[in-house]
Order: sequence, then C-alpha cells, then structure tokens
Amino acid sequence: MLYVKGFLVALQGVPVTVGVTLIAMVTGAVLGLVLALMKMSRIKVLTALASLYIEVIRGTPLIVQALIMAYGLPQLMQSIGINFRWTYLIIPAIIVCGLNSAAYVAEVIRSGIQAVDKGQMEAARSIGMTKRQAMQLIVIPQALKIVLPSFGNEFVSLIKETSVLSYVGVVEILRKGALWNAATFNTFEAYIGVALVYMLLTIPSSKLVKRLEKKMSTDSAN
Amino acid sequence: MSSIIEVKGLKKDFGALQVLKGVDVSIEENEVVCVIGPSGSGKSTFLRCLNRLEEITDGEILIDGVHLSKDNENEVRTEMGMVFQSFNLFPHMSVLDNVTIGPRKVRKVDRKEAEHKALELLSRVGLADKAHGYPSSLSGGQKQRVAIARALAMNPKIILFDEPTSALDPEMVGEVLDVMKGLAHGGMTLVIVTHEMGFAKEVADRVLFMDEGYIIEQGTPDEIFNHPKEERTKNFLSKVL
Repeated sequence: MLYVKGFLVALQGVPVTVGVTLIAMVTGAVLGLVLALMKMSRIKVLTALASLYIEVIRGTPLIVQALIMAYGLPQLMQSIGINFRWTYLIIPAIIVCGLNSAAYVAEVIRSGIQAVDKGQMEAARSIGMTKRQAMQLIVIPQALKIVLPSFGNEFVSLIKETSVLSYVGVVEILRKGALWNAATFNTFEAYIGVALVYMLLTIPSSKLVKRLEKKMSTDSAN
Repeated sequence: MSSIIEVKGLKKDFGALQVLKGVDVSIEENEVVCVIGPSGSGKSTFLRCLNRLEEITDGEILIDGVHLSKDNENEVRTEMGMVFQSFNLFPHMSVLDNVTIGPRKVRKVDRKEAEHKALELLSRVGLADKAHGYPSSLSGGQKQRVAIARALAMNPKIILFDEPTSALDPEMVGEVLDVMKGLAHGGMTLVIVTHEMGFAKEVADRVLFMDEGYIIEQGTPDEIFNHPKEERTKNFLSKVL
C-alpha cells in the first residue's frame, strides 16, 4: 500500500532529523546559557552583544539563516579568495539549528533565572560565596529545574523546524518524502507519510513534556 | 579594645528615597544588640548594610577593624552569618547539604568533616533527625532553625538576624527564639532586628530604637523599655507593648 510505503520512506529520515535536533538542542542549551548570562551581565558590551544576537536570530526565519549558512557563506568565502565548501551539508544545518535554538533557549533560561527568588542569591552570598559560586551552585540549578518543561517544548518545535533543512539539501524526514514524490509522483501519500512520521516523534515528546510539567508543579507545591 | 562592628555616618539611598540618614554605632564582641522600630524605619536596611547585601551610599563600616568594601565582602561574610525573615533555605538541597555547602565550597572543608560538624549543629538546634530531608518537608520553625545551623556552620564571629520570627506561625516563634537565646548565652555577637519585644527585653545587652533612618535612642533593655527618654520611643512602645 502506497501510504505505508510513504510512511516507511519518510521513516528513513528519522535518524538525521533526531540527530540534528539533539545536537542542536545541546549546543543551543550551552550557548543559550552563556547568552542568558551575558544578557544579565552588568558589563554593557556583553548585554548589547547578546541582545543583538537574540534580536537578529529571532527576527529572521530559520530557512533564511540556513540558506545563508549553507550556500551564502561558502560563496562569500570564495569571493574573498578562500576556497571553502561544506563537505557535508548536514554540518551547516546542525550549526544553524544550534545557533537558532540558542537564541530561544537564552530567553527561556533568563526567565528561569529571574524566577528564582532573590533571597536565594542573598543567602548564598551571606555565607561568603562569590557571585559565580552562588549562580553555579544555587541559582542555575533551580532555574534549570523551572525551565525544564519549556526546554521540552523547544525540543518538540525544533523537531518540526528542522524540516526546513530539506531546502538546503539535508536528507531528513521531509527530504526523504520529497525525493520519493519526485521519483514516483505519489504526492499525497508521500507527504501524508512525512506528516505521520513527524507525529510519531512529536506526540510522545509532547506527552513527556506534559508529564514533566505536572511533576514540576506538584513538586513546587510541596 | 576596638569594637567588632563600627558604623560611622552610614547613609543609604534607594533612588530618591533616603532610608538611612546617618547612623553611628559601635557593637562590641559578645554583645547582643536588638534593633527595634516601626516598619520603614530603616532597621532591616541597616542590618543588610552590615554585610554589604546593600551597598552603602555614604559613611564607613568597619568589621573587626577592617574597612568593609567590595574587595573583602566575601571574606567578611564568612565571619558574619545572616538569618533571614523568609529563611531562604536552598530548596534543591537536603538539610545536610544546606548546612555543609558553605564550609565545603567557601572554606574548602572536606565533605566528611563538614557533615560531622553539620550533624552536631543540627542536633544543637534539635533537628538531627531531619538531616536527610528536604526543606519542603519542614515547618517554618524548623526551616529557620536549619537556617541558623547553616549560618553557624561557617563558624562566624557575628550573626545578623533580620526579623527571624516574623514569617512564623505564632506557635513556632518560641522554638526559634530558644535557639537564639542559646547563642546569646554562648557568647556569640548577635545583631537582631526584631518585633519580639519580650525577647529583646530578656536577651539584649543593648537595644537600639530606630526611626526614619536614625538611631533615635539606645540603651539597656531597662532604659529603653522602662525609662525611654525620647518622645518617639515612648510613642512606639505605647503601640507595641
């Protein structure tokens, strides 16, 4: 049956989609934490840089960022005499998703840090901790716990957003379906197959996030 | 002999609002000082300036003869514990970790030694059996006793108390005050902002009455509570006693 075939074809793209999403999520989390700290820093230059970065990333579509990274950048390099080509297009794809996710995660983490009671920082400082120790040991662990559900939501939307990478030649779920469509003209079956595979990933992930949210709210109620 | 806390011409503004307008006071080693006064009088701000949780606008604070500044705030704070109205225990850590985190991370004491001392302190505040529980499982009074143990774990010379019983249910006030009495009798230097007049009367060596950013009057509990000289002191006491 063609729907089953379409589903199975799209399913072959799962490792790439999930791989890109996971690596991008980790990069995004680390970079996002750095950006969040920069944005809250008392050093004006850092704050300005972080704000600019976040504005630019959030103000432009992921597909445009991906096109710039995958095709624009090599072309620019060549025009200034550096012979540069991406060996695998999945590399700029991962980079762009990571950079993109960092901007969103930064805002999530910042709100998490600000949600931690001011008294926590004061209590930590009152026993002689440096500001850095207080952040590391007291504030950030609590902030991460607060933002864990938002993190999960970011993961779910990133799974879907990576579909734009099919336009820069990454053979992920959508691209698999599109290629099959081009070869067989089973257009409807191909894209229904793609949609089903995405749902296979996003619905369990969302369920997990909901569970997490529930657990967090009962935890904090105690 | 020099005082352990010496405050000269302390002023503190919050924007246009002047909260402390010139506070001068010396506190001696082993002295128990209670600070009383109406809300908004600046007494909590005064206390928070002593360990630089608030940066002062003008004046000078000497702790054990050392000029308190941004450069030595961390060292000074290790010698000066603080207990907050809202406890501020670290909710993501067990009671034992709450008490040991300071010694381990700031004083670099090894875990075993820190835990040994923490258990001793917890039994001193009557909570040894709660060591492996989390703050969320404790009552208000128990939380505040853990907070006191956390402050004590750093082996401070001074402990600052910022309205330590104001957030407690009435039946829990006594257990916290009892622990504080123990500290006072043990010879620790204590500066206590409080609304518990009975406690101040009983425990304080000296009472400071603050209003509108100044220390209006100070003296022994007998002088302040039984023979106040200033009109504002009399006025305040008539409302709270």
